[in-house]
Amino acid sequence: MVDLRRSTVIDAPADAVWAILRDFNGHASWHPAVASSTLEDGAVGDQIGAVRAFRLTDGARIREQLLSHAAHEMAFSYCILEAAAPLRNYVASMRVRPVTSSGGCMVEWRATFDPPRAEKDRLIRFVQDEIIDAGLRALHGVASGAAPAKTAAPISNSGGQDTTAIILTRHGGPDVLQLQSVRAPEPGPGEVRIRQTAIGVNFIDVYCRRGSFNLVAPGGVLGMEAAGIVERIGPGVANVQPGDRIAYACAPPGAYTALRTMRAELLVKLPDFLNDTTAAALLLKGVTASFLLHEVHAVQPGETVLIHAAAGGVGQILCRWAKALGAAVIGVTSSDAKAAIARAVGCDHVIVSGTTDFAEAALRITAGRGVDVVYDAVGKDSFEGSLRALAPRGHLVSFGQASGDVGAQSIDRLASRSVTLSRPNYGHYTDTAARLQTQTARLFAALRAGHVVAERPTLYPLAEASRAHADLESRRTTGALVLMP
Amino acid sequence: MAKVYNSAVIAAPASAVWALVRDFNALPQWTGFVAESRIEHNRAADQIGCIRNFSLKDGGRIRERLLALSDYDMSCTYAILESPMGVENYVATLRLIPVTDGDQTFAEWSAEFDAAPEREDQLVANIGRNVFAAALAALQRRFAGAR
Repeated sequence: MVDLRRSTVIDAPADAVWAILRDFNGHASWHPAVASSTLEDGAVGDQIGAVRAFRLTDGARIREQLLSHAAHEMAFSYCILEAAAPLRNYVASMRVRPVTSSGGCMVEWRATFDPPRAEKDRLIRFVQDEIIDAGLRALHGVASGAAPAKTAAPISNSGGQDTTAIILTRHGGPDVLQLQSVRAPEPGPGEVRIRQTAIGVNFIDVYCRRGSFNLVAPGGVLGMEAAGIVERIGPGVANVQPGDRIAYACAPPGAYTALRTMRAELLVKLPDFLNDTTAAALLLKGVTASFLLHEVHAVQPGETVLIHAAAGGVGQILCRWAKALGAAVIGVTSSDAKAAIARAVGCDHVIVSGTTDFAEAALRITAGRGVDVVYDAVGKDSFEGSLRALAPRGHLVSFGQASGDVGAQSIDRLASRSVTLSRPNYGHYTDTAARLQTQTARLFAALRAGHVVAERPTLYPLAEASRAHADLESRRTTGALVLMP
Repeated sequence: MAKVYNSAVIAAPASAVWALVRDFNALPQWTGFVAESRIEHNRAADQIGCIRNFSLKDGGRIRERLLALSDYDMSCTYAILESPMGVENYVATLRLIPVTDGDQTFAEWSAEFDAAPEREDQLVANIGRNVFAAALAALQRRFAGAR
């Protein structure tokens, strides 16, 4: 067994040093090798059995459990539960002892473990130099006040950074959006501040602006989706660190800004092959397509799929991806120009809805059988036809209402074709880090395989958010719109 | 029960300091306030249970029994059998801990005892200042400039 005992004398009162050390989750604030740390299951920092999950600056992830904690001895001990390095049977302890003759203190750090013979020297050097000695050195600076803690504890609202945001002055048309100066607060526990580089515009933003979704009150900021760089992390953030390229596509709204402080847990790290504008244009739509095609209705090879608004943002992704999954794809569009786009993104058949009854056309295309699944975000105008276009045991996936609410419907009529009706909500498929991870991993894999193609978005300066909204509502646009701070 | 605790950092390797203080009969060599000392019944100074019988330079006589001695922990625990101080159940531990940063020694000396309540504070102050702190300061001086 390796038994490393290291100690140092610090010119600061024992109480002051213990105040730094006593929080089992506080090491991210003083240890230079710890990038971020969080306590699992809502534990607190002096709770026996608490597990801290943390990441080192080299990217390694470690989970450690608090074994003992004695305030009167100013001591605690812990063990490693999970680490990539083979630090078997790793138990460590820290203790602060007062030096009464000088008013300072001594800090002891001991670690015992059983390394594999071949890696013994390397692991001893690693633990002694990079964990224990580096930590003790850093404590000198932090405890004496010469060096600030790496991340300050929760900070008052007076801190923060000035920035600009698009403010919803009242509910209404595109002109209610105004660029104003705001302040992005310092990140609190579990929060990060992001320097945003690209902001996705989605139809849900229009619903929020009009007031048809009660998500943003006047004076608030719209937007569910953006990409950027993590600028600063608050205490307890483990999944990202400053400098990470990230994106998000989730509630609460507030993305139309250059700097944003928000919860860290639903951030997605971006793969190198995906640039920021593409990510901001794609993430929400791509994640939507991911759960629509794989979870709400798992599309099987040989099925016939009807996709409304096939040339729209989500529509294009649905068409390509459904085709890649082996389905026959029927796209519905509102114009001949959009029909050309629908064909280009993989539709086997395209119906232009303005001139044709799309349900009749779908039945004709399928020789009277109907389609296996309809993906319908049009809502009021298409619901009837979508039901008629389905084959027996078909599935209507209603995931939006661009033309208005579907309204009250009798479920009895679903029996005429044994129809299954789904009304999925984005939030319920992306509300945990694990669920979001499933969606984004699937999306990134599909991008790499070419099953999803990121079209070049139309870019607008952030200050011209009203124009972007006007263009989106006029249905002049195809593909995605992105605001550039 | 009263408690006394004193500690100091000594600018010498712990092994060097321990070589001096592990000798239960060596108080005259390093404390500065012990005149002479002997181990009763001619026993070895590191035999658990042995008794050191020493006189202070100010004239008092004290008998203390060795309760525990560890070269591994560099610690020594003893109890007072007789003294002019008026303490009961007095058990003290002197312990050294290496300070790896700079190869120094952390020395801590603690005691617990019972005494008449009205005398407790005065005893704690006296033992802390005149015995423990004074002896630790003597160790610091002894090893100052030793390297």
